[in-house]
Amino acid sequence: MEGNIFQYEFVIKGLLGAIFASITAGLAGTYIVSRRMVFLSGGITHASFGGIGIGYFFGFNPVVGAAIFGILSALGVEYLSVKQKIREDSAIGILWAFGMAVGIIFIYLTPGYSPNLMSYLFGSILTVTNADIIALGIMSLVLIFYFSAFYRTILYISFDESFARTYSSYVDVFKYITTALVALTIVLNIRMAGVVLVLSLLTIPPNIALIFTRVYSKVIFGSILSGFIGTAAGYIISYFAEIPVGATIIFTLVVIWVIAKATYVIVRALRK
Amino acid sequence: MSNLLEMYSVSVAYEDNIALQDVDFIVNESDFIGVIGPNGGGKTTLLKVILGLIKPIKGKIIFNSKLIDGNSIGYLPQISTGDVNYPVTVTDVILSGMMIRKKIISRMSASDKNKTKEIIEELGLSGMERSSLNELSGGQLQRVFLGRAIIGDPKLLLLDEPGNFVDSTFENDFYEKLRVLNKRMAILMVSHDIGIISSHVRSYACVNKKLHFHPSSEISNEQLLAYGCPIQLITHGEVPHTVLKSHS
Repeated sequence: MEGNIFQYEFVIKGLLGAIFASITAGLAGTYIVSRRMVFLSGGITHASFGGIGIGYFFGFNPVVGAAIFGILSALGVEYLSVKQKIREDSAIGILWAFGMAVGIIFIYLTPGYSPNLMSYLFGSILTVTNADIIALGIMSLVLIFYFSAFYRTILYISFDESFARTYSSYVDVFKYITTALVALTIVLNIRMAGVVLVLSLLTIPPNIALIFTRVYSKVIFGSILSGFIGTAAGYIISYFAEIPVGATIIFTLVVIWVIAKATYVIVRALRK
Repeated sequence: MSNLLEMYSVSVAYEDNIALQDVDFIVNESDFIGVIGPNGGGKTTLLKVILGLIKPIKGKIIFNSKLIDGNSIGYLPQISTGDVNYPVTVTDVILSGMMIRKKIISRMSASDKNKTKEIIEELGLSGMERSSLNELSGGQLQRVFLGRAIIGDPKLLLLDEPGNFVDSTFENDFYEKLRVLNKRMAILMVSHDIGIISSHVRSYACVNKKLHFHPSSEISNEQLLAYGCPIQLITHGEVPHTVLKSHS
């Protein structure tokens, strides 16, 4: 029965997507939330839309275009703000709009109808390909390896960069590598949640975890767990309610965050 | 007793502004030197040159081999550099001082763990191992950062305005701690408040573009004036009083 096969594939894809998205977003998200890089990450996300447009126009995989744009803009902002003394928030703001403008222009110039455009803006599990899932799976492995091999170095550099700089000449290397990995994580998750919503996939789970713990490694595990619960629940709800999946995931995550925060506040008040 | 550090006619400039000019300075193994001088006179710049964060435009700095072979230089920056809301524990922060020895730290080894435990006990932070920084008082925070500066067993400890964050109840403890540490390392302490440090340091370096070394813990207004080092001076007398010096 064709319907069953379709449903089976949908479930497997959804499950694997949820696992890999929560692993990658949990690791990268803990980094950007702790280091207060959320706005920079927003810039990376929207700049990468330029790459999606160019990919459409020239007929190559838009995700590749987005990855190139995302990484270059991430490294560009880090570099410009350090070396050229340009105000970082202004640089991000310019990049943010520039990427969107480039994307819109190229998609407009592409002959014919772009049926997948909405899926890039708002995400859709239906258009997620096996290759997307595999790419996210590989990204999960890379991030798990990177964070476990260099856990303390990453932690110390992002906690107090100027102190680390006093002793280690590797500060910039680690900063650029981690930022590039964050950019890649964002781009690969765009297929799941879309340009507009993907950032919340990275920022809400660490904020849920931070309600309960201030230990960096526990924040990572808490982010992955809460991210998975939110993503999986979002899938199920969106399937039965027939509403867009990206928006449902984000909505679910925010609800979890509100419940967690309220529980914490109430429990603390009762203990006093 | 050997010299840890020798600087000869070192000059430092930020673009066109000379911050330090022809500085000669020698630090001994057992020194406890108060670095004093007006704001913007180059005190922090002096520390940064020693740490290698700024390259001098002229002059020579000779480090004793003890400062280079792993036992590097401990540094307590002005406290604002680390974010106290960062999800990081007291143990993590103190352990990060091991970067003095290892440039890339991945896991905590058993000896690192023991060393961290010792430092936590020595600084009276027991029971706060897993606390995050925003749960600590100013004095406790100060001790955590001091712990980070000394865990690598440095031979030279640089302190930048440690008085800024010390609450008065902890103040005596803190300087007493420094006195104990001074038995195993030389200390260079920047302060704009000479009154507090005068009973602890053994000598002064007066920094106002130029550096004048004063080899005694007693320093008078006349000497400060002669050094071109106008600062607020609280003299030790029956009644404490403040003498304000004008810029010469």
